[in-house]
Amino acid sequence: MIINLRGYKKMKIAIASGKGGTGKTTLSTNLTALFAETENVVLTDLDVEEPNSGLFINGILIKEDIMYKMIPNWNESTCSLCGACQKNCNFHAVIQLGPQILVFPELCHSCYACSELCPTDSLPMIKQRMGQLKQFKKDKITFVESRLDVGQEQAVPLIGQTIEYIEKNFPSDIVRIFDSPPGTSCPVIEATKDANFIILVTEPTPFGLHDMKLAVETMKELKKDFGVVVNRYGIGNDEVIDYCKENNIPILAKIPNTRKVAELYSKGELVYTELPEVKLELQKIKNYILNLKINN
Amino acid sequence: MKIAFTTKGAEWDSEMDPRFGRTEFILVYDDEKDEFTSFDNREIENEAHGAGPKTSQKLFELGANVLITGNGPGGNASAVLEKAGIKIYIGAGQMSVKDAYEAYKNNSLKEF
Repeated sequence: MIINLRGYKKMKIAIASGKGGTGKTTLSTNLTALFAETENVVLTDLDVEEPNSGLFINGILIKEDIMYKMIPNWNESTCSLCGACQKNCNFHAVIQLGPQILVFPELCHSCYACSELCPTDSLPMIKQRMGQLKQFKKDKITFVESRLDVGQEQAVPLIGQTIEYIEKNFPSDIVRIFDSPPGTSCPVIEATKDANFIILVTEPTPFGLHDMKLAVETMKELKKDFGVVVNRYGIGNDEVIDYCKENNIPILAKIPNTRKVAELYSKGELVYTELPEVKLELQKIKNYILNLKINN
Repeated sequence: MKIAFTTKGAEWDSEMDPRFGRTEFILVYDDEKDEFTSFDNREIENEAHGAGPKTSQKLFELGANVLITGNGPGGNASAVLEKAGIKIYIGAGQMSVKDAYEAYKNNSLKEF
């Protein structure tokens, strides 16, 4: 069934990029603020290893949650040392060393296989703190960010739980924007896999093109609808534009490169309110999103 | 005593592999029996995570008392090797196995 989004369900938009530093956060925060001029919007910073959208959304803290992941805890007294746990662990997070079982929490993916398949129930899962989720409010913007604790190596469980939190706490008739981590590895997959549409932000340079191609391939593999926003338009060359045309990838906007953007950004300010030429481009993205149809 | 080497081949004059977790081969020399065994570890390439602990466990199964390698194991691998009571010597990454054994005998390798 196809539903027009003007009315019912609204989009979950993930803002991602192959290359880092292309403007994901700038686009996420400014686009959120533009939406919030007329409607409620939820912005979520899923770049849990270094969340920074909050620097531009100075909301009021309304909620704080400690986030946990589940890891197995070895019970020596009941263990029969059969070795099933280490055979069942795909991540080598559970290792049998003679008469003892070692658990490596940083390698554990919380899949429960060792625990559920232990014939003597000697690996019960216990909570381990991995980070913190905070929710802020500013006018029509709800801002949620998760932050991984220092020393934690896995972003994926925290990203997954943060998306679940959004699903559970916000109705689907609100636009939800997700600022994703850069790159094309597991955290990006986790952050984008449930989105209805992905915006890939790139810059028109050889590096930008190279990493955008990787991101495009990733989105194709995930069978996602996506479009490209060219940021810092005016530097570099036309290769990004040509590539998108050749591959029928929609270019949603070209945000012009100006020194003023960098100045405002460096002060933690929104840019579109000061720069009409940027606002015009953001408006194009907003219209594009509002006219997207979601395949339920 | 069993001495394990991380190597790129199965021969006494093979090159050492400077990596621990993702070493291509493990050679074990039993200096009491003057016996030499090798283990092909190349399947480890398919593992995205946990190569260190897995290779460490292999060393334990092979009954190694001493490990001679190049760069040295990471945190997870070190934890397993320590529990297994395996002594670690590093800095032999650019040598042949034979030279690494000589260096170990002459106490010129660094203890990890």
